[in-house]
Amino acid sequence: MAGNKKVRELSFKGAITEALMQEMERDENVFLMGEDLGVFYGGGPFGVTPTEKFLKKFGAERVRDTPISESAFIGAAATAAATGLRPVVELMFVDFFGVCMDQIFNQAAKMRYMFGGQAKVPMVIRTVIGAGFSFAAHHSQSLYSIFAHVPGLKIVIPSTPFDAKGLLVTAIRDDDPVMFFEHKSLYNSVKGPVPEELYTIPFGKAEIRREGTDVTVVATALMVHKALNAARTLEKKGISLEIVDPRTIVPFDKKTILESVKKTSKLVIVDEDYERCGFAAEIAALVAEEGLYYLDAPIKRVATPNVPIPYSPALEKIVIPDEDRIIKAVKQITS
Amino acid sequence: MDLSGAQLIEMYRKMLTIRLFEYEVKDLFAKGKIVGAVHLSIGQEAVPVGVCSALRKGDYIVSNHRGHGHCIAMGVDVKRMMAELFGKETGVCKGKGGSMHLADFSVGMLGASAVVGANMPLAVGAGLSIKMRKTNQVVVTFFGDGASNQGTFHESLNLAAIWDLPVLFVCENNQYAESTPVSKIMRVQNVADRAAAYGVQGVIVDGMDVVAVYDATHIASEKARAGEGPTLIECKTYRYMGHEEGDPWITYRSEEEVEKWKNRDSINRFKKHLIEKGIFTEDKANEIESDVKKLVEDAVKFAEESPWPKPEEALKDVFVSLYY
Repeated sequence: MAGNKKVRELSFKGAITEALMQEMERDENVFLMGEDLGVFYGGGPFGVTPTEKFLKKFGAERVRDTPISESAFIGAAATAAATGLRPVVELMFVDFFGVCMDQIFNQAAKMRYMFGGQAKVPMVIRTVIGAGFSFAAHHSQSLYSIFAHVPGLKIVIPSTPFDAKGLLVTAIRDDDPVMFFEHKSLYNSVKGPVPEELYTIPFGKAEIRREGTDVTVVATALMVHKALNAARTLEKKGISLEIVDPRTIVPFDKKTILESVKKTSKLVIVDEDYERCGFAAEIAALVAEEGLYYLDAPIKRVATPNVPIPYSPALEKIVIPDEDRIIKAVKQITS
Repeated sequence: MDLSGAQLIEMYRKMLTIRLFEYEVKDLFAKGKIVGAVHLSIGQEAVPVGVCSALRKGDYIVSNHRGHGHCIAMGVDVKRMMAELFGKETGVCKGKGGSMHLADFSVGMLGASAVVGANMPLAVGAGLSIKMRKTNQVVVTFFGDGASNQGTFHESLNLAAIWDLPVLFVCENNQYAESTPVSKIMRVQNVADRAAAYGVQGVIVDGMDVVAVYDATHIASEKARAGEGPTLIECKTYRYMGHEEGDPWITYRSEEEVEKWKNRDSINRFKKHLIEKGIFTEDKANEIESDVKKLVEDAVKFAEESPWPKPEEALKDVFVSLYY
């Protein structure tokens, strides 16, 4: 964890930028690969890799702009990793995974197991999730559950600048393939304290974002912030939410969630991914299997319904979970 | 290239090892001792041996579902290969990969992928790593004519080309993508013709001539090591067996066609050539054959006597740092 040196306010995006930069300075085997990392929008599709700090500093060998060819460069990252490097590749939007899924879930994820433990695949796939920009069906999804379903991938979903930096550093130093999901709404809108020095946050440790007594709310990424807003509203009505942010869903800290549910006896899961067979269902199943007798009300899921993300702002806001839906779910099991 | 007598004999021995190993596998599969799916490369032996004999120690290959020959040509221990096919603990992948996922990183065999065309991006990654680490190795991807219709083929050739990576794309054109003849699935005549689209040299080689394959590989690997990027080598060859064991190949090709290719058999021709050139004698060839038979028999014995993996192994090796 962080020492007590310099701590500044950084944006979520700034924290990711800093983690990448400092890890590239620390370890010459770390390099970036993806589309438009160098100069587009000042460096990276969302400006995560500013030209001055990346392309100009580390050069085109280590800030490697690729053709629009995700199968080739994501598969390439897997073997570059297996032969000694530490690639951090960018899948511009998670929605694009369909064109390269084989390389992710059949090759990178399974290489170690199917070769009997011979391969070590220390690669990170950074990708962008989340709605809120009217980007419609192919640029707005929060598809992390689908990757958690497949053995062999570690799944990281940060919600704060502090976590984004610490978890990304852990991801880069980890010897397994890691999928790192960045919510596009967090990049500029969320700021928070981030130590200047390098630090790591272990995988598989949930963070209690807010302590409470009445209802446990499990949420990831932007949904953590929406749950916190909902908690402030409900507090005025005498309902106390405990908000648990798993931070990584593979590996997964079930202990913290079960302990919280034991305390509150109620569970709401807020998930921007689709509802069916998703992360929220997984948490519900876990609590049903291992914590059923803690509960005194049904488990509630607040997730994106099973429809493609619509374009119109009027429709998009209906499908994406928000404070009102969280409050409604809480009220259903507390009244 | 000038190959020494010892090198030529070694190449012959490896080709014969592939063939006898695979005939044994065919038999064991029929008896139910080897399970799952088995894809034999009998008939194609000149390609892996020609290619791998031209590589240096430390070079890499990535393989596919039809990979027994690639492994033997790279020097993977046949005992541990056979044990892998038996699903035993002593297998190269501890019984977790089987026939379609052989790997032995200790000899540069970076593994076989059983999704057609999927290993080409993986070869590009090894090529990128070689270039960035400045190790002067080369990497070979073996793939079939069928794989050249996958997007990964085109993406990988392009990526290797624009970055001048030391990747040798070796197409084992055995004339059929499973049951579909190559003429039905490409409008161009040759897979090698496609290389031009990516600014890569495409070379066509007689895949039934091990020395021709060796020469083409040697030239391409020298170019790759000099930083001149990838080459696509198309080896025209033929598999005598079906796509997989149990496949009724007579429904999609004729006996006459198979016989025509068998008349050009790479091992018989190479043996004849070596005898004519005085590299070895008929007696020496027979001695090699006995040695190889013994090697394969010993491999089967080793596999049969090896223990099954322990149950807890099923949950190991998913991650380096976690256990589930």
